[in-house]
Amino acid sequence: MSHQTPEQLQSAAESELHTLLAKKETEGLKNRDRLKIPQQDMPSQDPAVRRHNMQEVTFGYSETQAILEAERCLQCKNAPCIAGCPVSIDIPGFIQLITDRDYAGSINVIKEASLLPAICGRVCPQESQCQENCTLGKSLKDQFKSVSIGRLERFVADLDRAKGGRSVPKIAKSTGRKIGVIGSGPASITAAADLRKAGHDVVVFEAFHKPGGVMLYGIPEFRLPKKIVEEEIQTLKDMGVEIRTNFLVGRTRKLMDLIKQDGFDALFIGSGAGLPKFMHIPGENLVGVFTANEYLTRSNLMKAYDDAHADTPIFHPKRVAVLGGGNVAMDAARTAIRLGAEQVYVVYRRTRTEMPARVEEVDHADEEGVIFRFLQSPVRIIGDDTGHVTGMECISYELGEPDESGRRRPVAVPGSESVIDLDTVIVSIGNDSNPLLRQTTPELTVNKWGNIIADENGKTSIDRVYAGGDIVLGAATVILAMGQGRKAAAAINEMLAKETAAAASATVQS
Amino acid sequence: MHKIIEKRQLSEQVFRMTIEAPLISHERKAGQFVILQLDTNFGERIPLTIADADAVAGTITIIFQAVGKTTINLSRFEEGQEIANVLGPLGNPTHIQKFGTVVCVGGGIGVAPMHPIAQAMKNAGNRVVIIMGARTKELVIMEEEMRAIADELILVTDDGSYGRKALVTEPLKELCASADTKPDLVVAIGPPIMMKFCAATTRPFDVTTVVSLNTIMVDGTGMCGGCRVTVGEETKFVCVDGPEFDGHKVDFENMLKRLGSYRSQEEQARHSCLMDAEADRLAESEAGGKR
Repeated sequence: MSHQTPEQLQSAAESELHTLLAKKETEGLKNRDRLKIPQQDMPSQDPAVRRHNMQEVTFGYSETQAILEAERCLQCKNAPCIAGCPVSIDIPGFIQLITDRDYAGSINVIKEASLLPAICGRVCPQESQCQENCTLGKSLKDQFKSVSIGRLERFVADLDRAKGGRSVPKIAKSTGRKIGVIGSGPASITAAADLRKAGHDVVVFEAFHKPGGVMLYGIPEFRLPKKIVEEEIQTLKDMGVEIRTNFLVGRTRKLMDLIKQDGFDALFIGSGAGLPKFMHIPGENLVGVFTANEYLTRSNLMKAYDDAHADTPIFHPKRVAVLGGGNVAMDAARTAIRLGAEQVYVVYRRTRTEMPARVEEVDHADEEGVIFRFLQSPVRIIGDDTGHVTGMECISYELGEPDESGRRRPVAVPGSESVIDLDTVIVSIGNDSNPLLRQTTPELTVNKWGNIIADENGKTSIDRVYAGGDIVLGAATVILAMGQGRKAAAAINEMLAKETAAAASATVQS
Repeated sequence: MHKIIEKRQLSEQVFRMTIEAPLISHERKAGQFVILQLDTNFGERIPLTIADADAVAGTITIIFQAVGKTTINLSRFEEGQEIANVLGPLGNPTHIQKFGTVVCVGGGIGVAPMHPIAQAMKNAGNRVVIIMGARTKELVIMEEEMRAIADELILVTDDGSYGRKALVTEPLKELCASADTKPDLVVAIGPPIMMKFCAATTRPFDVTTVVSLNTIMVDGTGMCGGCRVTVGEETKFVCVDGPEFDGHKVDFENMLKRLGSYRSQEEQARHSCLMDAEADRLAESEAGGKR
């Protein structure tokens, strides 16, 4: 479908809503009426325009669109959507309040469960979480026709932000206990907020010069404006959380020293995955081969796309291949387009259906002119005498029997090799766990992939030390990280409360 | 923020700064480095080796050559000014033990990071021979400090303006060739090309040679992979696997090419930076003239 302007979408929505509300007024809406309401498309910048700018691609629903979309919700009693949400937001509840035009009430329902609605509304993979279970989508026999829960979440979150509604949660009376939170991405932000609310002193340690983790260095401005991340960090600071940047736990201070010498009563490790994987093919260290982490960090955190101001250089490639099929690969490909690349390929060894990226990101990349080379895999990267990339040899695959992940396993087709001319290759096939903490903290037990082993409450092998997010899960999503941060914070709060109670009863007895 | 306590110009392009960094001064060990950034919003992050530290005063000393945009800007900072961001100590410390005779080869400002390593090697009971080289006499730094550590110090300059006229590899080869002086370990720090030739010099004599690499980095914590080098058949990250590696296994050709990744952009940035400096200087002298 061709790109529709926000005005076109709005005008269609207005007439639709007019008819719908008239009907609702006179005879009420039945489920079959709701099934007929067209799903509202997300208004977005014209692809031809946004290829050349870093501004956010999507604008968010208008009020008319939001009410229409909210009216699609069947308000089913069993609410299967909630089960699909890692932080169990009362989804029908907040959607009902949108149809009542009580937007303040709606955002409050979300905030009871999620600290970062403006972020999750933008970057959650809803199609494989809440929206996957949606009864409406099932009734329409198309999961992508489910209620657009994420877009509605973003709608009320953005309204709240526009009103300056950044509310600072209530902080319990000081407990005098001190907790360290390692990292400042989604898991850590959630844990820090929950721990602070319970009245503990909280110190967040961030290795970079700015807090925000992957939301700052990884996810580009055009998908998640940095202003939103900064607002969330400001909320933490307003709550009284101390943030110490340029502090690499393990190097600047050993983890065990924080507990044994610096008086921390507990620690939460949310330091992220952060050690890029490689394909282990020839030519991977040529000039012009980057990890997506490096390419995106240069562009996002270091602002290299703004070469009038930024000191950090970045390659402005002409012909790029991005290896991988996840959200990070889409981000890298679309960043390369915005930096002026003429041909951007995404090379992925399975097909579009198996891509782990959010469907919306794949569609957006497609609209922006990214060329997908499915069922192909690189064999070697080719360079010239000066060590610069000149091309990449790929081999074609076909899909065989399903593997342990349930996805059909790609099998190489002999003799199908071909070469793409390139000047840049961006490797985006995921991350291993960063070795730094385990190297400098021998007491910390990790699995064979180097991820920290934690129980269901996030407790690690070390007393008083908890962990969550990508450092435990491997590479996952913002919302899963948040869910883990929340669980670990609850466990830490409970542990400290028990200690306090035990100390109090000991005092009474003596 | 990290206040500059002391600044000294060691030669035309080389500066020494002592800066406030209490935590780093306390934790750092020989061989480690920091990443610093002058401006939080638009600054570049660059790795610099820690030349010295004073845990009591809470300071670290860095020695750098003003050759790129950030180092040129840093060289214009004065005592009392503050550096926005300093992260560290990064990288693995040098493996220190009693080897016997350790030859420390420092080229150019590579002498600066060599200083704490030579000191630690000496303290561990090694006989420490120091070879220090520079292009010309004016570029020789820290001679006095190195003399205080060395059991034997060999000073060479490319043009013979000071010490012996030779490249560092010549005395290194002589030491390796004689059974009496053959080192048990060589540590070489300096320009990549010097480290490459030091490794080539010691290889035929089978003398273990450690080199300390300074590649392009962004985060310095293992996240970006920009600093990677080929060591043996493996890809290694200088920031978390290094910065020191077996010089006989490092693919220096590949490393030299990767170091030049951004050469054209860096040249441009350096040029405009020097132009700015020149404009500032002219403006200042003009203002001075009017007064």
